[in-house]
Amino acid sequence: MDVISITTPLNEETILNLRVGQRVLLNGKLFTARDAAHKKMIDLIRQKKPLPIDVRNQIIYYVGPTPAPPGRPVGAAGPTTAGRMDSYAPELIALGLKGMIGKGYRSPEVIEAMQKYKAVYFAAVGGAGALLSQCIQEVELIAYPELGPEAIYQFTVKNFPVIVANDIYGGDLYRDGQKTYAINC
Amino acid sequence: MRTVDASVISETVAGLCIEAATVLEEDIEEALHKARDHEESPVGKEILTQLLQNAEIAKRNKIPMCQDTGIVVALVEIGQEVVITGGNLYEAIAQGVRKGYQKGYLRKSVVNNPIERKNTNDNTPPVVHYKIVPGDALRITILPKGAGSENMSALKMLKPADGIDGVIKFVLDTVKAAGPNACPPLTVGVGIGGTMEKAALMAKEALTRPLGQRHPLPFIAELEQVLEEKLNALGIGPMGLGGRITVLAVHIEVFATHIASLPVAVNLNCHACRHKTAVL
Repeated sequence: MDVISITTPLNEETILNLRVGQRVLLNGKLFTARDAAHKKMIDLIRQKKPLPIDVRNQIIYYVGPTPAPPGRPVGAAGPTTAGRMDSYAPELIALGLKGMIGKGYRSPEVIEAMQKYKAVYFAAVGGAGALLSQCIQEVELIAYPELGPEAIYQFTVKNFPVIVANDIYGGDLYRDGQKTYAINC
Repeated sequence: MRTVDASVISETVAGLCIEAATVLEEDIEEALHKARDHEESPVGKEILTQLLQNAEIAKRNKIPMCQDTGIVVALVEIGQEVVITGGNLYEAIAQGVRKGYQKGYLRKSVVNNPIERKNTNDNTPPVVHYKIVPGDALRITILPKGAGSENMSALKMLKPADGIDGVIKFVLDTVKAAGPNACPPLTVGVGIGGTMEKAALMAKEALTRPLGQRHPLPFIAELEQVLEEKLNALGIGPMGLGGRITVLAVHIEVFATHIASLPVAVNLNCHACRHKTAVL
C-alpha cells in the first residue's frame, strides 16, 4: 500500500478514507498528552470546566520526550503504550478528538468510541524516538508545565510516519496482522 | 589488593548511562538486520527498517534511541581484592546516574516511591545488584530498563510436576500477554530455579549475554532454541502488528532449586536490549 500524506486538523472525509494498514505521513500540529495530563483533563470534563486545549478535529500523541539537547526543539520522542490512556480516551473522542498516536492495543471501549464518533488510532514505531524526533520541527508548551515531560505540548510535525492500526470500520491491524502470521503448532 | 576511587566509578557509570541510551550494541544491530531480511510482513519489514535508521540517527546525533531512558539497573561484580576509596560504592553509582542523565539529556523517569509517585528529577535511585567474585576487577553493567518491557515481565512459582512443558507455557503466555507493549522483536531473559528472587535476578542477568549465545548446558541450549521457534510462531511480529520475528533471542539461566520448587521468571527487553559494561 502506498504512503499517503495527511495534514492536520483531520476532517471527516479523510477519516472515512483511512483503512487499517495504511501508512501515513502526518503534517501540521499535534497535541501531546499522556497519563497525568489525561487525568487532569478528565477531571475537568467531569467538573464541566473547559479544557486547556480544544480537541475537536485534533490528534493527541501519547509521548513523554527526553529533554531537548542544544539546538533541537525536542529530544527522543517515540510513542508510549496507548492502553494506559484507554480509560480516558472515549470521553475525549466524544468531545471531537479525531486521532490518537501511540503503541499497542486499544480496549473494546475505545474501539467502539472510534467507530461511533469517527476517530482513528495510529501506531508509531515504539522505540524509534530518535527517528521520530527528526520529524518534529517546533514544540510549544500548552499546559501543565509542572508535569515536565508529561506536560501538554503542541508539536509541529513534517512527514511524521505512522500506520493506521484501528479505523472507523472496526478494523484492527494488531488482530489481523497477528492472525496472518501465526503458525499453529 | 587494588584500590578504585569512587570518582572513577561515577565517571564510568555516567558514561555507560549515556552510551546505553544512545548507541545500539553491535550484536543487537546485526540481529535486527537479519530480522529485516527474514521478516515476511511488509509492515514488519518497514518497522525494522525504521528501527535501524533510528539507531543510526541516535548514534550520529548523540540523542537517545528511545524517550523512555528507563530506571537504571546496575549489575556490579566486585573482585574480592578491590577496595573502594574516596566514597561509598552505592553513592558513587548513584552520582554517576545523576550526572549521566543530566549531561546526556536523558529523561528522568524515577518517582520517589510507588505510592506518593513524586519525580526525583535526577533519575536516582538506581537498582543495584552486587556480586562478590574472585580477583581484583570491578565490572559494572548498566541496563536502563524502560517500563514498556519491564511492566510485561512476570514470575511464577510452578510445581515440579509442571516440568518443561509448564516452563514453555509460562514463557509463551508471558510474551503473548505482552503483545506490542514490550516493543518486539524482544530479547527474552528467563531464570529457572533457585528461589523467587534468584529466578528474577537470573532472568535480568540473562539479558546481558551476547545476543544468541547459547547456554553451555546442551539441554538448556535446546530449550532456548525451542522457545525461540515457538515464540516466533506466535505471529506477534515487530511492534505486534504481525510478522515472523517476535523475538531476537531467548537466553535462559538456571540454578539449583528446592525439591518442591520450580520458580520461573521471564524478563522481557525491547528490540534495543540496552546494556553497556565497563571493567575497571
